[in-house]
Amino acid sequence: MSKATNPVESYLRMDRMPSIWCPGCGIGIVVNCFARALQQMGVDHDELAVVSGIGCTGRIAGYVDIDSFHTTHGRPIPFATGLKVARPDLKVIVMSGEGDLVSIGGNHLIHAARRNSDVKVICVNNFTYAMTGGQAGPTAPRHSIATTAPYGSFDKPFNLPFLADSTGAVYVARWTTYHVRQLTRSMAEAMSKPGFCFIEVISPCPTIFSRRNRLGDGLDAMRYYKNSSKVVNGANTRMVGLDLNGPIIVGKFIDRDRPTLLEAMDEEIGSKLGKRYVPYATTGVQR
Amino acid sequence: MSADPKGVLTGVHFLDGDHACCEGALAAGCRVVFGYPITPSTEVVERIARRIPTVGGVFVQMEDEIASSIAIQGAAWGGQKVMTVSSGPGISLMMEHIGYAAMTETPCVFINVQRAGPSTGLPTLAAQGDMMQARWGSHGDYEIIAISPNSPQECFELTVHAFNLAERFRVPVMFMMDESVGHMTERVVIPNPEQLKIENRQPPTGPKEEFLAYRPKKNMVPEMAPVGAGYKIHVTGLTHDERGYPVMTPEVQHGLVVRLVDKIRKQRDQICINEEEQIEDAEVVIVAYGITSRVVLRTLQMARDKGLKVGVFRPVVVWPFPEERLRQLAKQVKAFVVPELNLGQVVLEVERIAAGDAKTILVPHAGGGLHDPLQILQVVEEVLR
Repeated sequence: MSKATNPVESYLRMDRMPSIWCPGCGIGIVVNCFARALQQMGVDHDELAVVSGIGCTGRIAGYVDIDSFHTTHGRPIPFATGLKVARPDLKVIVMSGEGDLVSIGGNHLIHAARRNSDVKVICVNNFTYAMTGGQAGPTAPRHSIATTAPYGSFDKPFNLPFLADSTGAVYVARWTTYHVRQLTRSMAEAMSKPGFCFIEVISPCPTIFSRRNRLGDGLDAMRYYKNSSKVVNGANTRMVGLDLNGPIIVGKFIDRDRPTLLEAMDEEIGSKLGKRYVPYATTGVQR
Repeated sequence: MSADPKGVLTGVHFLDGDHACCEGALAAGCRVVFGYPITPSTEVVERIARRIPTVGGVFVQMEDEIASSIAIQGAAWGGQKVMTVSSGPGISLMMEHIGYAAMTETPCVFINVQRAGPSTGLPTLAAQGDMMQARWGSHGDYEIIAISPNSPQECFELTVHAFNLAERFRVPVMFMMDESVGHMTERVVIPNPEQLKIENRQPPTGPKEEFLAYRPKKNMVPEMAPVGAGYKIHVTGLTHDERGYPVMTPEVQHGLVVRLVDKIRKQRDQICINEEEQIEDAEVVIVAYGITSRVVLRTLQMARDKGLKVGVFRPVVVWPFPEERLRQLAKQVKAFVVPELNLGQVVLEVERIAAGDAKTILVPHAGGGLHDPLQILQVVEEVLR
């Protein structure tokens, strides 16, 4: 009898398993949903590239059996923009954590959303810098305990869907790692949609964040997500901010259309230069 | 191979160094540029923004220099020849990604039109204060290539060469202009496309299933697989093995970092370009690069008029440093006189290589102007007295 294999193995670098992620961590679920989304879409391995930054989630790039780039802290989005500009035929997916994408990389996030860079951002939000041992991050809930907020976090956390929405993302959704079907569907939708798409995934960090804040183990996190989440598709993103252990509004919040960076560039420059414009897409690099 | 004719503005032009540099990049086949404005380099990206849509390329002004310096690397892995352009404060922000390019062996060109620092310094005035930063400004051990042009014609020709070296050795190449060279307008002759020698990175040659993204070939440089072609490459700034996978051991660290350094240090004879003037009978050799290498030609003339045996040595490629030739000269001459628009950077290398065989004397200048040729002559005369 042949050895049982996981149906998503073809998307993973099995020679690198086991992963570095802790028991109960949600990042593996995110990778699983991503692989299933690719499977459902029938996307070939060579039609996409994955770009990550630094941190626990940043390690995703090392585990997917796809052309993948583990970049510097906070910079996967501009790297992805460069890759997408050079290879508009590829789907370029950014997978990284909230500390990477929103704190050190916050400037890149808002500008990529503004210019509608055609990259898909899957932001795993575990409310902490887990790899470095649990410091407060840009989404750390008020009153949550972190090594750098030993008396409780006192500054206001970012509401990520509102941030992405207000800076111009054309697709914004939030799910938890409990919502695997919805998350998989959202990933497939985002990957099929031109423009800057942003999916926030609320994900547990039992080893660091949950333990320090007495939120239980991985299973308790699932129970919390199940009991405290409410699906409100089309919710006003201004209203979906999170509190420590409070209710979680999930759903697809934004789905709209506007020209991507390269479309806008073609239109603007083409209308001014006429025949003198040589659109990049016509010059052909491996296409 | 010869150049893509679309990017080559063949003819005789009257251009400043910044504009000539832009034309060099387009002639070299650079089709993706990301940048952010900063004096005195802005003219390069302004011309790129105007010209690149007419040659089938893309320019995007990014949110900052950090974004520019990593976005080009995304495009480089997407198969393109790429560059970004800046000056001191912006180059400081790019340091993280110069290290990333060195570690991941991503071919890319960084144009630095140097101004006087530190910090905001003198934004509109020349200096050569970034020479050591260009070499080792990012953390960790690595080697890059740095080229120092002294005329708009060279800004064209050597920019083409910078791209060729970046492709051949898969390293970041620092193109160390300065404000004077960037804003100096002279005759620039751009040849026909077929007269330009253009090099491209080596694509994989063996069977796909045996390909290892970081297995070095004979020249210590790995072949570079394109994205989306089935090689399933993994690229990381972490210490990695030949597969490109992170491995956290001193052994893998040693193998990788030694190779990254050696592929430049041990192949410096392929990289170094020097110019020498009246060096045969020289007792004193003035070592100068960039704009200063033109200032010292006046010093040389004055010295020779006085019957002084003086010569000029100019490293056109400053890093890696032309150690062998200078070591020979150290045995021949009494002294090296090293004028720099900084308070002593490249002079440290000259002194190290001279190793007591010849005296080494710095003629410092904090930047904001150029040396007076007479001032350098006085130092030469002092040495010969």
